[in-house]
Amino acid sequence: METKFYKKDKVLVFKITEEIDDNSVQKIRRRADYEIERYMPKRVIFDFDSVSFMDSAGIGLIIGRYKFTNMLGGKLEVANLTPAVKRIFEMSGILRLIPVTRIRTNN
Amino acid sequence: MKSEFENEMKLEFISKSSNEAFARITVAAFASQLDPTIEELADIKTAVSEAVTNCIIHGYDNRQGIVKVVAKLKENEIIIEISDKGKGIENIEIAKEPLYTTKPNLERSGMGFTIMESFMDSMEVESIVGLGTKITMTKKIKPKEEETEEEFEMITKE
Repeated sequence: METKFYKKDKVLVFKITEEIDDNSVQKIRRRADYEIERYMPKRVIFDFDSVSFMDSAGIGLIIGRYKFTNMLGGKLEVANLTPAVKRIFEMSGILRLIPVTRIRTNN
Repeated sequence: MKSEFENEMKLEFISKSSNEAFARITVAAFASQLDPTIEELADIKTAVSEAVTNCIIHGYDNRQGIVKVVAKLKENEIIIEISDKGKGIENIEIAKEPLYTTKPNLERSGMGFTIMESFMDSMEVESIVGLGTKITMTKKIKPKEEETEEEFEMITKE
């Protein structure tokens, strides 16, 4: 996972680059919570552009970060959903709660 | 005599979450003999990942045990059995309900069975409390239409 913080707008972007399952979310969760607490961003964006696999562990990951971000006064968004990722999120209904955006990934 | 299944494989591994990727990739590689689409393969990988995760965090409650995966190919269908010798499920109907989870504190979504059911053609759960759980899932791989020949003819006519 790559982390980028845009100071001026207080936007924290997490670009997930690994497969998302019960094993990998443990690390992603710890790292994300640490960075959110450290930067206290207004917006937290999870970028799924490079995610080649996600199972239901991704739902828990996003709901958990959504609650954590809200608690600290920020808003959470998900970006660049692949069709497979979108399908899993849609089944859980969390997209009724969490805005979906597109962002440009600058490599 | 021809055996009932055209091909079969068995996989056993320790209930560590780092083996989830190993299990789904192995089953997907085996399933690729049926020439599935990328989407069909992704469905199989996701369903296997859900079932194996259940064995590890629910069946064995993160204690060490053996997860067993059997996959069989029959004509254009894959049959996948994933089992553990863990604690078993008391009420299967409740466990299968969307969003039901016994572990909300671990940020589990309760969507595992729902995903297995909708990504595969069938899913059955057998479980005995104290003895373990076995999930059997099947998926038919649609035969591919052969378009290439026609396209080739059109190109050569021009």
